[in-house]
Amino acid sequence: MATNLKKLGSILTKQASLVRRLSSSPSLASDGANGKSINLYTAINQALQIALDSDPRSYVFGEDVGFGGVFRCTTGLADQFGKHRVFNTPLCEQGIVGFGIGLAAMGNRAIAEIQFADYIFPAFDQIVNEAAKFRYRSGNEFNCGGLTVRAPYGAVGHGGHYHSQSPEAFFCHVPGIKVVIPRSPKEAKGLLLASIRDPNPVVFFEPKWLYRLAVEEVPEGDYTLPLSQAEVIREGSDITLVGWGAQLAVMEQACIDAEKEGISCELIDLRTLIPWDKETVEASVRKTGRLLISHEAPVTGGFGAEISASIVERCFLRLEAPVARVCGLDTPFPLVFEPFYMPTKNKILDAIKDTVNF
Amino acid sequence: MALRLAGKRGLNHFTKTLILNTTFRSYRSSTTISDSHQSKRGNDYSLFSTNGFVSRRFESTEAGSQLDVLSSDDDEEQNQLGVNFPGGRVAFTSEMTFLPESNEKRVQCYRVIDDDGYPLPSTQFHHVNKELAVKMYSGMVTLQTMDTVLYEAQRQGRISFYVTSNGEEAINLASAAALSSNDLILPQYREPGVLLWRGFTLQEFVNQCFGNKNDYGKGRQMPIHYGSQKHNYFTVSSPIATQLPQAVGAAYSLKMDKKDACVVTYFGDGSTSEGDFHASLNFAAVMEAPVVFLCRNNGWAISTPITEQFRSDGVVVKGQAYGIRSIRVDGNDALASYNAVRVAREMAINEQRPILIEALTYRVGHHSTSDDSTKYRPVDEIEHWKAARNPVSIFRKWVQRKGWWSDNEESEFRSNIRKQVIHAIQVAEKTEKPSLGYMFSDVYEEVPSNLIEQERSVRETIKRHPQDFPKDVPL
Ligand SMILES: Cc1ncc(C[n+]2csc(CCOP(=O)(O)OP(=O)(O)O)c2C)c(N)n1
Ligand SMILES: [Mg+2]
Repeated sequence: MATNLKKLGSILTKQASLVRRLSSSPSLASDGANGKSINLYTAINQALQIALDSDPRSYVFGEDVGFGGVFRCTTGLADQFGKHRVFNTPLCEQGIVGFGIGLAAMGNRAIAEIQFADYIFPAFDQIVNEAAKFRYRSGNEFNCGGLTVRAPYGAVGHGGHYHSQSPEAFFCHVPGIKVVIPRSPKEAKGLLLASIRDPNPVVFFEPKWLYRLAVEEVPEGDYTLPLSQAEVIREGSDITLVGWGAQLAVMEQACIDAEKEGISCELIDLRTLIPWDKETVEASVRKTGRLLISHEAPVTGGFGAEISASIVERCFLRLEAPVARVCGLDTPFPLVFEPFYMPTKNKILDAIKDTVNF
Repeated sequence: MALRLAGKRGLNHFTKTLILNTTFRSYRSSTTISDSHQSKRGNDYSLFSTNGFVSRRFESTEAGSQLDVLSSDDDEEQNQLGVNFPGGRVAFTSEMTFLPESNEKRVQCYRVIDDDGYPLPSTQFHHVNKELAVKMYSGMVTLQTMDTVLYEAQRQGRISFYVTSNGEEAINLASAAALSSNDLILPQYREPGVLLWRGFTLQEFVNQCFGNKNDYGKGRQMPIHYGSQKHNYFTVSSPIATQLPQAVGAAYSLKMDKKDACVVTYFGDGSTSEGDFHASLNFAAVMEAPVVFLCRNNGWAISTPITEQFRSDGVVVKGQAYGIRSIRVDGNDALASYNAVRVAREMAINEQRPILIEALTYRVGHHSTSDDSTKYRPVDEIEHWKAARNPVSIFRKWVQRKGWWSDNEESEFRSNIRKQVIHAIQVAEKTEKPSLGYMFSDVYEEVPSNLIEQERSVRETIKRHPQDFPKDVPL
């Protein structure tokens, strides 16, 4: 475990031991039992295995899913549950999601994999105009709540334009779907099971940088974590930081460094982006009087903008500084320039100081 | 050429056959096309034959009243003439016949030399002279060698990613050889041989893979995403099949400008599942665009075999449904590929119409440096295609038998190219990365104010935290 922690630390923030800090508080695990140390893709695999095992009307499918998927998340599932429940689809994202909607509308749990979040756009119409409005437009005659669309998102250090993007904000503009992003293996397993069982269509983005790097103890059994419930993963009094997914590891490092300079940071994992837990963020900002949001996606029109606007509406008189956003830049995701593009620990640290000293 | 007027098939097929006959005859002077590619199709399947049932039923319907207008005294004749529906006259039949899901016999594959490099009996094909043949062959060897060295370079961590064209060298180089340099290429990603043929240098390939300042893409994209305006080769984009409808738009422009050129767009078997593929075929047919769709059916889309990709007889049959003339060719036969593409190009330009080519081939390498293909396909299968059906050795046998190439030349050429690629890597590695300003340019034609501000802010961060940033990117 130590090696993995170091690797993750050095790659993400050049510091070790953050995964442990980022892990869910043990009380959130419903079975309470200590599990094995596993990485994030194995945690996803366990969740899928449990979903298939606990509900015979559940299906897992997508491009190259049959042999285990390009990130190994579906390894062994076709062998265990058969090719009729775990299968390759033709190379067609609109087909995958449309098929998933139809399957879900018939009372099944359709767990679709889009190979990379960068390739979810051919399915945009099916997600935005179909999945999201299926219930509403039919007066609840029909719904596709059994649909979960999984997709790996985010930077990996060498992905360039089309293996790095964080497209969550597009989907946060769509009433009718939920958007969930986990930060660690234990979170991933519980949130994915919750998403699969949630009676609404969910887009579930997995931080692919952490698939192998993030390792923590994950309860072996079946458990879910609540959707639309943010989690304060580090308590503090001077400033509130809000993020999700892989970016939290970077933010955590900034918090640790700020602490050394006497700044106490509260770090919140939003976990579900829509519908999001405004109350937890608001309560925190009422306490600290300052807010910083950080995400990899381009700053303009990113979900940080929505959080900022909502908190300004609710906490205007309590705010002691402008809301800070440390995000990806307004360019396509660039290969060679990735280190400059990214919202790095030191960019966050600088913004924390600027905000506190405003 | 078989001219068959099957009663059941009706006028539509008859006219089409005639058109095809005329067209192909006009090419015979310069090129002989084997008849096989449009040989008789399988029998019609009469699933239900209930004579008399259909016509009687129509009498009481709207269609029936239209039939009366034809004032034919003979039912049979009336059915033959049919009704002028929107879209043309359709004949009637009293036999209830479902078109079969596929023809009994699979569409044959055009080839002119066998796996030992011998011309098939009674084949005639456009003469490929020594110069052209040697250029094609050496291009194939160059591609093979470049792939071997760059694949190794990726394994050593010198570049981040690579994709080889192993097993598909013939369709790469032969198709390129059949085109004019004015023809526009919209590639997928496994067609660097086309660019190589057009004179993109080894150094240019390697610069792109290293993302250095001489990469035309300015280090912004992953390795193998080549593109070059001067070579009429649009820049590779990772999302599958997106180039296909774009190819039709580009071809429509050539059409409107009355250019003596066409667009050739490449794609894999996996790509044919995307909506963009279907949109592009339909657009091309309707817009009468001079575009050649060249599918490299290499059997696999990452780990997905074609049996899980489609249930049609491959890709070639999809053309007809959209009204596109199509051919299946042995993509591992350089001469057949050359001939098919050559004729396709002429038809596309002279007749201003799209053509679909399905080149049957095999992806001998892994999908990319990110997978191990022995995890999802039998090693025997790979070995068979690597050995018995190797397109480079097949063509070499033919060229050597002509006396145009020798074992000596072979080993000399190979080691020479290897040295050149290694040298190119050394040069590329020493070349600095594109400077930071290139992160912000080209997002738009002009740099908007938000990016000016963001560049300023990044530069301030660099001043404060120089240790966070790579040293090889000039500021
Ligand atoms: C829209 C989209 N979905 C998924 C992918 C991931 N992907 C990259 S290549 C590939 C398979 C392509 O297979 P094929 O078209 O047969 O080309 P080949 O690799 O065999 O040359 C897939 C699924 C992608 N690049 N774009
Ligand atoms: Mg393929």
